[in-house]
Amino acid sequence: MARRPVAEDLFIGEGDGTRLIGGRERITGEIVFPLPSGSSRARYERVELAPEGTLWAFTVQRFRPKPPFAGDGDEASFRPYAVGYVELPGEIAVETRIEVDDPALLALGQAMRATTQVLRRDAGGDEVVTYAFRPLDSAGGAA
Amino acid sequence: MTDVHIIGAGIHPFGRHPDKSGLDQGVEAIVRALADAGLDWPRMQFCFGGSQAAGMADAVLPRLGLTGLQAINVANGCATGGSALLSAYWAIKSGEFDLGIAFGFDKHPRGAFNADPEELGLPAWYGETGLMLTTQFFGLKAQRYMAQFGISAEVLGLVAEKAYLNGSRAPHSWRKQPIPLDRILQSEMVADPLTKFMFCSPAEGAAALILASDQRMRTLGLTGPRLRGAAVRTRLKGSFEVFAPSISPRQGPTPTALAAKAAFEMAAAGPGDIDVAQLQDTECGAEVMHMAECGFCAPGDQEALIRDGATRIGGSLPVNTDGGCLACGEPIGASGLRQVYENAQQLRGRCGQRQVDGARLALSQVYGAPGLSAVAILERA
Repeated sequence: MARRPVAEDLFIGEGDGTRLIGGRERITGEIVFPLPSGSSRARYERVELAPEGTLWAFTVQRFRPKPPFAGDGDEASFRPYAVGYVELPGEIAVETRIEVDDPALLALGQAMRATTQVLRRDAGGDEVVTYAFRPLDSAGGAA
Repeated sequence: MTDVHIIGAGIHPFGRHPDKSGLDQGVEAIVRALADAGLDWPRMQFCFGGSQAAGMADAVLPRLGLTGLQAINVANGCATGGSALLSAYWAIKSGEFDLGIAFGFDKHPRGAFNADPEELGLPAWYGETGLMLTTQFFGLKAQRYMAQFGISAEVLGLVAEKAYLNGSRAPHSWRKQPIPLDRILQSEMVADPLTKFMFCSPAEGAAALILASDQRMRTLGLTGPRLRGAAVRTRLKGSFEVFAPSISPRQGPTPTALAAKAAFEMAAAGPGDIDVAQLQDTECGAEVMHMAECGFCAPGDQEALIRDGATRIGGSLPVNTDGGCLACGEPIGASGLRQVYENAQQLRGRCGQRQVDGARLALSQVYGAPGLSAVAILERA
């Protein structure tokens, strides 16, 4: 069984070793996420973003989204997931899925750390992995 | 430069109409607006129309008459209706035309909108991983705003309660039954802190407005509210908007704040002069935030204002007197024009049980993805 990221140049590593990939504008130094592609790519230097930050906003996705959402399962097996923005110090706030058992315990300003999450198993049995953040005070470990 | 007036207004009821196409609803709204003004279609010099999911807006032409008029289709997300109005306003203001129509119709399938990342220049993973949902964005934005400025869930519930009550008094609304506060608060959670009854639904409907220059209106022997200011503004860098994989944590003015400021300047008026307002209420948090963004109060003051009934009919600033998007649903092409229709009816004293007594100045504000806002200010004739 193999693992592959949901997209190239989105993040590297896994579990506590996860780093999001962003861009640093070559002239202004401004940090962007994700790393731009296409015609504007040349303006940016590829950078690894800070692995830790603070929770800036959050909610819970309570129903299974329509396509293009491509997570595992169906209506019946869908499990709500938390999402939010995590402010990376001195960089930018990134939108992310949040790995948390009880979203009611989330609070603005809470310390968060990058991790990975299995999004789905594809037809060949490979795991498709995306990035996520988890509260820093929860147990870490690989996805 | 000439003044621009709304001399006719027509609406096709919002809601679900399984046996009627969006196009048919659009044609009916236009026919009603023409009848309201006592004019016929061949007199129209131009039309600006919008529809997102119900075909091309100019498909109304063969139904109404191929008269050779200038017809332009408008597409500007949720602000499509507001943008059609603004285009009509400029067409007359410029002196190029003096009589024409702005209209919009739509017909969406049930359930939340599903956006295509590619259409918005976003990477595919953003949709695949389940981050690209309008409902989610509204939950995120409301959650942060409430925590920042001390807005309670109960106040969100009060916004919805008022919407359904007002909707029960509007002939063109979809939701005709008032819903008790408890039921709103306890309904299924969709995107925390927003419950099912705190969200509007995609729907169907159509609205049309006939606009004329001041001089043309008088020549025709007609009257109608004057459009004192109208503006569309888009997001600034760093603004917290829908469909954003990342944002600047330092927030500046929103597109609504920019559009409201521009419209107030054009109108030479301020928020304190407004007697009735129709504000984009895609969900309850939006109405709360837009109150402050339009300048009606400071952020956080909504908690007391809404609890005290300020935004109810009879309050100091009635908001969404026809129940807004919450009670009417959101057919994207028509929604912004419904707001202006409602304001025109209020200023003409035609709102029966939901009439705001003595309304002289009315504001409408429609917000749309990916971060734009249209504001219009109308004055009683």
